[in-house]
Amino acid sequence: MAEAQTKTLAGKDAVLEAMPEHPAVKALLGWKQDGLVDAKFDRGELTLAVSKEDIAAALLALQAGGYNFFEDMTAVDWYPSIPRFQLSYHILSHARKERVRLRTMVDESDAVVQSITSIWPGANYYEREVFDMFGVRFAGHPDMRRILMPDEWVGHPLRKDYPVEGYR
Amino acid sequence: MPADLVPTPVITAPTAEGSRDQHMVLNMGPQHPSTHGVLRLVLEIDGEIVVRLYPELGYLHTGIEKTCEAKFYQQVVPLTDRVDYLGPLANNLLYCLAVEKLLELEIPEKAQWIRVLLTEVTRLNSHLIWLGTHAMDIGALTVFLYTFREREEILRIFEMVSGQRMMTSYFRIGGLALEPPLGMFDRIRAFIKTFPEKIDEYSNLLTGNPIFYGRLKDVGHLSKEDAIALAVTGPVARASGIDYDVRRDNPYSSYEKFDFKVPVSNDCDVWARYMLRMEEMRQSVRIIEQALDGMPEGGTIRADAPKIVLPDRESMKTQMEALIHHFKIVTEGFAVPAGEVYQVIETGHGTAGYYVVSDGTAKPWRVHMRYPGFCNLQSLERMCKGRLLADVVAVIGSMDIVLGEIDR
Repeated sequence: MAEAQTKTLAGKDAVLEAMPEHPAVKALLGWKQDGLVDAKFDRGELTLAVSKEDIAAALLALQAGGYNFFEDMTAVDWYPSIPRFQLSYHILSHARKERVRLRTMVDESDAVVQSITSIWPGANYYEREVFDMFGVRFAGHPDMRRILMPDEWVGHPLRKDYPVEGYR
Repeated sequence: MPADLVPTPVITAPTAEGSRDQHMVLNMGPQHPSTHGVLRLVLEIDGEIVVRLYPELGYLHTGIEKTCEAKFYQQVVPLTDRVDYLGPLANNLLYCLAVEKLLELEIPEKAQWIRVLLTEVTRLNSHLIWLGTHAMDIGALTVFLYTFREREEILRIFEMVSGQRMMTSYFRIGGLALEPPLGMFDRIRAFIKTFPEKIDEYSNLLTGNPIFYGRLKDVGHLSKEDAIALAVTGPVARASGIDYDVRRDNPYSSYEKFDFKVPVSNDCDVWARYMLRMEEMRQSVRIIEQALDGMPEGGTIRADAPKIVLPDRESMKTQMEALIHHFKIVTEGFAVPAGEVYQVIETGHGTAGYYVVSDGTAKPWRVHMRYPGFCNLQSLERMCKGRLLADVVAVIGSMDIVLGEIDR
């Protein structure tokens, strides 16, 4: 990792200019020329942002581009900003031994994202966890229920407006 | 992706209609001894054949990720011990690496080597528990007593290093909490010298045992394609032919300087996972030996970052600067530059990753913990479907689950 590029590249244009040959960038550009909304290369990690509607298609393109292993997905609540939720997908390429982060923003008013369980069934528990903790729903998920909290629980604990000690 | 990989939703009680009246719904856990904690499995069985299996999680959910958001960065370290409580130092390392990446902090070489040394001892600890409980589930109770004998020595080493047997918190952001105690290296060396014989001893009890072999061989088959689709990592994935180990392929904390083999098997069954973990223990011993032999002489164990790393007691008591830094760090923490990082390491169970998001303040905005046990559990139904109920116990044992890391 020491040899990896350490310079920070902020913004889509900087990333496209500095690493046009990167397989993840190429895969996304090959899928849709204007699909990439934003990009960042920071602390040795590449982040690619796409719009909410495109997330499943973009991940499919990444999978075709050699990023074969879904490793992690989660959400970040940027309350009170709008759009509120950030979804981060971490995808690994076993061949390149490299990860890429795909990011999308989702607003609370329309917190439904297409599920990627049809691409990687392993995303099942993660999407359930995001629904449980943040209240973001996934369309097309086979079993959209809470996973860690009890089924009858009210509220989504990892939201920033949910008190740490819970509602009393 | 084949549709049958997508788990079927909740199992409802069978009705009297149709052929389903042959089926029985069985609750296994959350108090069942072979579920290694509080895992609850809802099984639909046809006689002794598992038709469907559904894991119910959350009985040990403590909201650690939420708690992290209310703490200073350095206060999160003790919380990470409690996640995967069989590999506390690996969690400490993972969290510290993630925050150090955010801070872009350079760690002294000696601290890195001690981190490698102790995480490998932690791996032995984790694998010993796996072996003991796995064999016990199968009915070989003796091995459990033997592995816990060795584990006791590891816990004593942990106690010597950190004052705690299980909740170590020895690694800190920017280095180590304290200089390693006198005699620690000798004690680990003495332990490692006899340990390969102990592995042979377990092996003599189990590997040639026809009952053990019969219960494990060709049970819990998971193909390579399924393992990739279901995000399976660690020894379970390597036993299914996925040749990936973070230590070798994305080295961290100077693992690139160590020479070790990553065992891989294409047999995809419980037996392969057993053999593979036994070999991993031998490789861990090799890494520990190299770490002891090549341990950098002298040098410091803390990064040169007075605003982040606590000063040692001596300078805190004698220098005003150090006292101010100490006071500032303890009372108001330290600000971490805004950004997001995803750091991964190889724990005893597989690829663990922390996704830490900073908004530029002294408290993490979000700490997400990716633990291998959580997603490996998704493959359980795949491995048990159509097999005997008794095999479920063998498969759970082979996955080496720790509910602390699954429910968090």
